[in-house]
Formats: sequence, structure tokens, C-alpha cells
Amino acid sequence: MSGDWPYRLREHRGTLLAFAAFVAMFAIYAANHPAGLNANVATTAANKGVLLAIVAMAQTLVVLTSGIDLSVGMVMVLANCLASGIAVGSPLMTALGVAGVLVVGCVCGAINGLIVIYGRLQPIVTTIATGSVYYGAALALRRVPGGDINAGLADALTGQLPGGVPASLALLLALVLIVWLPWRRAAIGRAAYALGSSEVAAYMSGVPIRRAQFVAYTLAGLLASVAGLFVTCITYSGEASAANGSTYTLYSIAAVVLGGVSLFGGSGSAVGAIFGALMFRSIGDLLFVFNLDPLWQPLFQGVVLAAAVCLGSVRLLQVRNRLELYG
Amino acid sequence: MAETYTLATLRSRVDPAIAAAFGCIVLLLLLGSLYSSSFLSPQYLLQQLKVASFLGVIATGAMIVILLGQIDLSVPWVVAVGGMMATAATGWGPLGQALAIPVGVACGVVLGLVSGFGVAFLRLPSMIVTLAVNAIAQGLMVVHTGGFSPQDASSPAMRFIATGHSLFGIPNALLVWAAVGAAAVFLLTRTTFGRTVYAIGNRERAAYLSGARTRGVVMAAFAIAGGLSAFGGVLLAGYASKAAQAMGDPYLLPAIAAVVLGGTAILGGRGSYLGTVAGVILITLLQSILSVMQMEEFGRHVIYGVVIIAMLLVYGRGRRHSE
Amino acid sequence: MQGISKRYGGVRALQDAQLAIEAGRIHAVLGENGAGKSTLIKIMAGVVAPDEGLMLLDGKPVSFASPAAANDAGIVCIFQELSLIPDLSVADNIAISNPPRRFGLIDRRAQRRMAEEALARAGAEGIHPLALVKDLSLSRRQMVEIAKALARQPRILILDEATSALTAADVTKIYAVLKRLRAEGLALLYISHRMHEITELADECTVFCNGRSVASYAAGTKTDNEVVELMIGREYSGVFPTRTPRTASDATARLELRRLCWTDKLNDISLQLHAGEVIGLGGLDGQGQRELLLALFGVLRGTTGQVLVDGKPVDITGPSVAKRAEIGMALIPEDRKTEGLMLPMSVRENLSFAALGRLSRWGVVDAAAERGAVERIVRLLAVRTDGIDLSAGSLSGGNQQKLVIGKWLMMAPRIILLNDPTRGIDVGTKQEIYTLLRELAEAGAAILFYSTDYDELVGCCDRVLVMYDGAIKRELVGAQITERALVSSALNIDADARQAAAA
Repeated sequence: MSGDWPYRLREHRGTLLAFAAFVAMFAIYAANHPAGLNANVATTAANKGVLLAIVAMAQTLVVLTSGIDLSVGMVMVLANCLASGIAVGSPLMTALGVAGVLVVGCVCGAINGLIVIYGRLQPIVTTIATGSVYYGAALALRRVPGGDINAGLADALTGQLPGGVPASLALLLALVLIVWLPWRRAAIGRAAYALGSSEVAAYMSGVPIRRAQFVAYTLAGLLASVAGLFVTCITYSGEASAANGSTYTLYSIAAVVLGGVSLFGGSGSAVGAIFGALMFRSIGDLLFVFNLDPLWQPLFQGVVLAAAVCLGSVRLLQVRNRLELYG
Repeated sequence: MAETYTLATLRSRVDPAIAAAFGCIVLLLLLGSLYSSSFLSPQYLLQQLKVASFLGVIATGAMIVILLGQIDLSVPWVVAVGGMMATAATGWGPLGQALAIPVGVACGVVLGLVSGFGVAFLRLPSMIVTLAVNAIAQGLMVVHTGGFSPQDASSPAMRFIATGHSLFGIPNALLVWAAVGAAAVFLLTRTTFGRTVYAIGNRERAAYLSGARTRGVVMAAFAIAGGLSAFGGVLLAGYASKAAQAMGDPYLLPAIAAVVLGGTAILGGRGSYLGTVAGVILITLLQSILSVMQMEEFGRHVIYGVVIIAMLLVYGRGRRHSE
Repeated sequence: MQGISKRYGGVRALQDAQLAIEAGRIHAVLGENGAGKSTLIKIMAGVVAPDEGLMLLDGKPVSFASPAAANDAGIVCIFQELSLIPDLSVADNIAISNPPRRFGLIDRRAQRRMAEEALARAGAEGIHPLALVKDLSLSRRQMVEIAKALARQPRILILDEATSALTAADVTKIYAVLKRLRAEGLALLYISHRMHEITELADECTVFCNGRSVASYAAGTKTDNEVVELMIGREYSGVFPTRTPRTASDATARLELRRLCWTDKLNDISLQLHAGEVIGLGGLDGQGQRELLLALFGVLRGTTGQVLVDGKPVDITGPSVAKRAEIGMALIPEDRKTEGLMLPMSVRENLSFAALGRLSRWGVVDAAAERGAVERIVRLLAVRTDGIDLSAGSLSGGNQQKLVIGKWLMMAPRIILLNDPTRGIDVGTKQEIYTLLRELAEAGAAILFYSTDYDELVGCCDRVLVMYDGAIKRELVGAQITERALVSSALNIDADARQAAAA
């Protein structure tokens, strides 16, 4: 068993790199923060980061099957609008509301999956179109921003646990333990990896490709709806913001790549994507800490993303037969 | 033998996707005329074509990249760069004003070259490379405008090509699109560049082994797409007399949808410009019918998405494993 | 199996084939490429269905609708690494079809034990179960493929050229494994065209030739020569164009290699190719022949050594450089469907693609010139197509290969490299290609080609360079090139190497 470590390291290489990069970034941030790292600062930062992290988790599931989900942001917006309407009132009503939001998320994901599997359409165009439909649904629910959410639920998720630990991190951990790890360890999760790695070989090996795709897309919708619920907890309202939706979709792709997940499918982990998201979010905070003009944040974010992405081409140096570069 | 010959040639001449797209356009026109009698009037149709021109120019660039088998997600902010840099150049004195349009387009070309380099030489997935370029373009523009709305005005030339009319009252923007389209058709069908683009989209490995300069062609294609996106931004800035933050955001997804609805395969290698034209008109008509019907905004989005899926299910499906 | 027949389009892959396998014995199937072995195996493994004939398992007729069905009946086929998932670990791959579960999740420990057992049974204990398949060499991947098959507890195990990717050391291990499995009562079907393996392993042999099972006999009852003759077949006379005997030329070699090396696949290769010569590359599969051709064409990076064209050193950095007029190289690649043609594009577009630069002015294609050139080539090569604007995918395999060749002929190449050009092509088209190659050589081109078909090497080449382990081990000139010499020199070399490895 002791000889296992090199292999485990290799398997999780992308994730570990993302983790190391995030830790380094956070250490610099914490060490240089003028006010010091108190609980409130941490909580606000955590809330922002966790939101993107949940969406990135959703995107990871689909990317692993060598697909892409350009509707995750819109499902999040839809869930936000829905939650602002039904996750209110008594604890029972709120619980039912939350359940309703999650179910809607699953349905959205399932629709994506069914169109990709049985319609045999490419995921990129499918999810562009379904994203539009989900946004329309969100708009139908909340033509203008408004609504509310059960205060207890909101405080619980966005506040702090005893000891100053942001509750959102606990939510994230719960999602990893309840959704990601069981899926990863189950045959259906491994089938998704197989599909993303080599569809031909997966087919020849009798892997249940269609079921794996369906589950991946459905779970992605579920996670996106959790993110939407979380947005409602932060803002106490529902807003059908297309800008928000598309921003989070595109940022989730960046987070996924930063987290070491291959856009071609078959390798990577949602845990890595989580660190990628946290990293991506904290770039702006680094600028703040070093008193750089916040005006430069978007540019800095873009350059860091570009640099990180270029690391992916390091493997080029090892290629000896150029035919391998051409699919 | 004879039947397969005629069927095959027929199928290769009349692309079912283009036929379906034009069919839908006719359908939409009829539907629109039910709601409003002026829907079929020449003024209204010309107006629609003018609005479509902006999307059309941007979609041309998107199509070339998609034909390669790649995707360009940098459209939103390259469009903005085009508009903002052109208006900024206008404020640089008379020389700047004269060169406003080329400056805007050149900025787009430079950004496109960066994307192209990442895809062609670093062999990175175009999705993430263009996302990064998009983020960088956004960052540059935020710094440039100081976070505010850009205040520069468009040059007279910009306003002319975007809003003017010439030649029997045909909007200039439409003429511009026609020119761009003609150039694109020529490029794609009559030049070695165009032939190589299709070859790369079909089978890059075979194109490489045939001695084609695949890397140069990929870079050039992205550069052209960047230039066209920026040119679209220039036109938009001319139309509104100034640029605006996030002016390119509403054009990314419709551009991709227009290209795909026009029969261009999203995986590359197949598609004709006529289809893209049909797709652009279709999307523009769809959006305006939905507003003529005074459908609420939410309905528009839903129908928009449903129509795209429905049309793709009709002619855009992939193959089963057993085939 | 009795009376099995199968057609693929115009090519009869199998005709009335017979095969009988018994438990506890290793049955070898021999035959050259295209002899029908792979088709028979695909039928047995449930990948394709036969057109005619009967398959009996334990005396009862069976038919399989899918590979899974064949697996359930206990028939498992070992592929050449096509069924391994690169990004998953060895253990994941071995247990992929039926992983052990606990509480709905995959039981990793049980899976690992299963993998370790399977790996041990396959003689591959050195492979760590957690290693990712994509990190393993081709040889190790093949071992994992074998372990994966064994984990399915087969009753009949089919190995289709399973040792072609293995190193010599691994091959020896596999022999031991197969003999142990035989002792355990498995029925083993071993397909190969390497005679030394057959000698080592087989109890019974069946020889396939041109789609028929021509002989079945107990191992050891026929001499190597007799078997080779059966494999060659008497009815195939193989009409090859006559060769004018070539005198050794003092002229500068059209193409010369000095000490070419690349990773561990090409070791110190030196050769000379003169205008008008047709040189063949022989030897067992996978000895570096393909890599040599790719290296010449500029596709490989990190090659050392010198390449000279017409006596001048050149630096070929890629196909676009190789095809330039001063070098004039052309490569007909290994896989015409994925490397030679863009199948959805038209015949015309495919044919003109390499020469597009010459058919255009300032980047604009001269359509009339293109059409003229394309029609000329189509006539010259007698490409059978219904129209040059139809897609290349609509053509038969032989005609597709003519397209690939025609595409390069438009460049009037001076050095022509061909990577197994007649694989999977019908006999008629093969003849046409042989005649064409001879004509091109007579017109002054220098031709270097790799073939797995001994007949071709004998019939077409002025010289044959037999390769082993990335180096040229033997050169056969003119009358020395006979099928026996080719087969035996390829085998002798291997035997010598094995003795050296064992020492």
C-alpha cells in the first residue's frame, strides 16, 4: 500500500496543483490584508467564492463527459427567482420550497441530457438554446426583481458557524460529500469518466454511456439550482439577470480549467474545480490587498486566466510525433 | 446506380438545412403579417435587414471559426473593443477620425491573432483561449474607459456606414453586410485559404499530412473573426453614435445560433455562407416577430430557445453508434 | 464453426470457413493480412454476424447479437488496446464491465484485489493497479488488456495478434501464461502470422488463405516451408509488372539517410534511394518501418542524423516543407480514411488538395485548371466514381486509395513514400497500383514503401530492407528477394534476438 502514493498523486495531479495555487494565493492575501483575517471578512469572501464553486462543480460533471453546459448560469438564475417565491414562510413551507427548487434544477438538467442523448445534438448548441428557455422561465417568475426568502435559512447558509467558520464552506463540504463523492465512486460516475476519456473504448467495454450522460446532466442541473438558492440567501431577492447568468456560465468554465479538469473530458475532479473557482474569485481580492486600482481587476483576472491556461500546453514540449497533436 | 447519382447530387446541391431555414423565414413572415399588416412592407423588411446586418457581420466571423471546428467566445468584448477603440480614435484629431474604422478593426485583428496563436501553436482548446482573450479584452476596456461609459462619439464615417442610406434607399449597413458576405463567400469557395479551412474542419490530420499550412490558416481565421467582430462593434457604435459597456454581450449566442441554424456543423467542415445568411435573418425576424406580437420578454426567450432546438432536431442530428 | 461466409461490399472476406476448437488446447490460426482471420474472430466474438454458416458451442448452435452476448457465453476476445480507457486506472479498466459493489458504490478494495488477481494470472504482476493506462507503454497496455479479458472468466479466449505490441520479455511471459491457461482447461484461439510463436504454443493449426480455411493439422506435422506455401497459396499467381534489372547506379542518390535516430524506435538508420528504384521495407510489424516513413516526411520531432536529397542536406520540418519542389516528397499515409482523405469532401477537393498551391494564383483557385487536372488524374488512375463532385466517402476502399495516390501525383513527386498502400484493397486495384508504381519508377521517381504483404515486396521491389527493432538488419537485392527469404529473415532475426535476450 505504501507504493500507492505516486499513483494517487498522478491521478489527482490537476486537483492538487489547483489546491496548492489557491493556498498560496490565500496565504498572500491573508498575510497582507490590512484589517487582518477576521470572521466577517472571511464570510463575505467565502460566500462569493462558494457561489462560483457550486456552479463550477455543476460544470465539472458535464465537462467530464466531454460535454459542456452553457445553461448552468441560467438554471442558477431560474432557481434564484423560484426560490424567492416559494422558499418562504413557515419552516415546512420553506422546506417544500427548497425541495421544489431542487426538483426544478434536476428537471432542467434532465432536459439538457435527454436532448443531447436522444436528439443527438451537440451539447454546446443544446445548452445555448435551453439556457435561453430557462432564462425565459426565470423572467416569467420575476419580471422585476423582488421576492424574499426565509430569513432563518438565509442566515444559516450565509452566516457563520460557531468558531467563525463561514457556513457556506460547510454547505460546500456537504455538497462534496453528498453529491460529488458518491457519484465519483459509483459505477455511473466512473462510466462518465470513461465516456469522456474515450467514447469508442467505453462503448466497446459495454459502459452504460447514455445513463452516465443523463445522470451527469441532471446532477449538474441540481447543483446549479443549489447555487441559485444560495444567491437568494445572499440577496434576499430574486432577479432575472441575464448578465449574471452568462457571467457565471463563462466563469464556471474558467474555474473548471483552472481546477485541472480537461475540457476534452475524462480527467479532473470537482474538488479541483472548487479550488479553481476560489482562486478565480480571489484574484480581485489580491488586488485590493495590494492597493492596486480595482479598475485593473478585470484585466488582471484575464491575464491570470490566460497564463494558467497556457500551462496546459506544457505537454507540447514532450510530444515527439506531431500526428498526436492533430485529432 | 442512376438513382443514387441523382439523389446524391441533389442532396449535395440543395442543403436541407438551408431549405429548412428559408422555409422558416417564409413561415415567420406569414405569421408576422397576421399580426400586423405592415409586417410585409418594404420599409419594415429593409429595417429588419439593417438590424440583421450587424449580427450578420459578426456571424460571418463566427462561421469561419466554427467551420474550422473551433469556437470563438471572445465575441462580446472584441465587439466592444472595436466600438470603443474606433470612437476613441475619433477623438484623436483629424487623422484619428479618418482612421477610426481601421483602428477599431485592427484592434480586433490583434486580439484574434492572440486567440489564433493559442489554438494553432499552443494547441489549447479554443473555448478556453477565446474566453481568456474575452476577459483580457474586457479588462483592457475597463481600464481604458475608467469604468465609466465611454464618452467618445463616433466619427461621421462610422455613422454613415451604419445609419445612412444610398442606392435607392437601401441602408448602408446592409450594403456593408453584403460586401462582407461577398468577400466571405469568395474567400471560402474560391481560395486556397477557404479550401484549407474546410479541410481542417473535416480532418485536420489529413490536411496536415497533405502539406497544408494548417497553423497559419487557423491563425488567419481567428484574426479574420476578430476583425469582423470588431467591425461589428464599429457598426454598432456608428448606429448608436457612441460605444457602450457590454455592447457586444447580446451578440455572442445569437451569432452561434445563426451559424448553426444555417446548416453549418458545429463540429466543423460543413456549411455554406448562404445558410448563415438565412440563419441571421431567421434569428432577427424571430426576435422582431416576438416583439411585434407584444409577447412579454419571457416568452421571447422561451420561444427563441425552443425554435432553435426544434430546427436542429430536424436537420442537425448526429449519428448513432451503430452506424 | 462450419461453412462460415461473410462479404463486405465487393470483397469476399470469408468463404466457407471451418474451424474446430477444443478445451485445454491452443489452436493457432495463421494467414497473411486479408486472409480472413480477423473476420472469423469478429464473428466468433459477436462483433459482426455471418452471412452464412453455423456456429456450435458445446455442440449447440449459437449466434451472438453483440460482444456482450458472446462474453456471457464465455467467449472473450483480446483486442489490441482499443477497449482500454486511457484516463482511468488499470484496476478501473479491468473491472469496468462489472465492478464489485458495496452499498451501491464501487468497492475499491475488492476491485483492486480483482485487478491484482487478473494481472497475476496474466503474468503482469509488475503493473501497479493504480497506474493510469495512458501512462503505460503499448506493451503494458496490451498486458492489461489480457488481464481484463481474464477477469471475465472466459472459457474460450481469443488472442488476435495480441503479441504484436509486446516487448520480447513480455512475450515470453505470455507464453507461460497461455500454457498455464491451457492446463487449466481453457480453449485458446491464437491468431498470428509469426511462425515461431506458433511453433512455441500451438497444439493445432488452421491456415487461412484468401478467405478460406485451407488446412487444419496438428502442430509439428508440417514443416515451416510447407506452411509458408499454404499461406501463400498456389492459385494466386500475383501478376506483377516486369522489372527491368537495374544496374548499380553511380549517380547521386535521390534520397540518402545517414544515421537517422529517433527516441528508441529508430536506431541508426542509413540508406540510399536512387531515382527509378523501388525499395521495400520488410520485417515484422512494428519494427519502426512506419516511423521511418514519418521521420522522412518531417512528422517526427527530435530526429538526429542527416537527410540528403540529391546530395544536398535538407531539414524537413514538416509535410509542407517536404512537398516543396526542391525536395518533392510525397507520403501515402497508413490510414486513408483518417490521414489520407477528408471523406465528407468531394473527390475533386480531395484530389486537388495537396497541389492547391500550383492550381491557384495569388491564393485564388483556378477552377478550370483544377477541374482539368482532376479529370486527368481520374482518367489516368481509372478511379471508378459516379462524379467528381460526390463525396470521397462514397468510393470503395481501393478507389479511395487511388484518390490518395492521385492527390500526390498532381505534385509530380520525385520521392514517393507509401505506408502499407494496398492494405484492405481488392486484388484488381492492387494490380493497378503495382503497375502504376513501376511506371512512376521508370519515369524517374524514387519509391520507398512499407508493406506487410510479402507478395508485394517480392513482386515490386528492386531492393528490400528488412528491419528489426528500428534498424535495418538485412538487405535483399534483386533475385535474393523471395517470399521464403523475407519470411525466414524476419523470423531468424527474431530468434537471434530472443537468444540474445535470454542470454
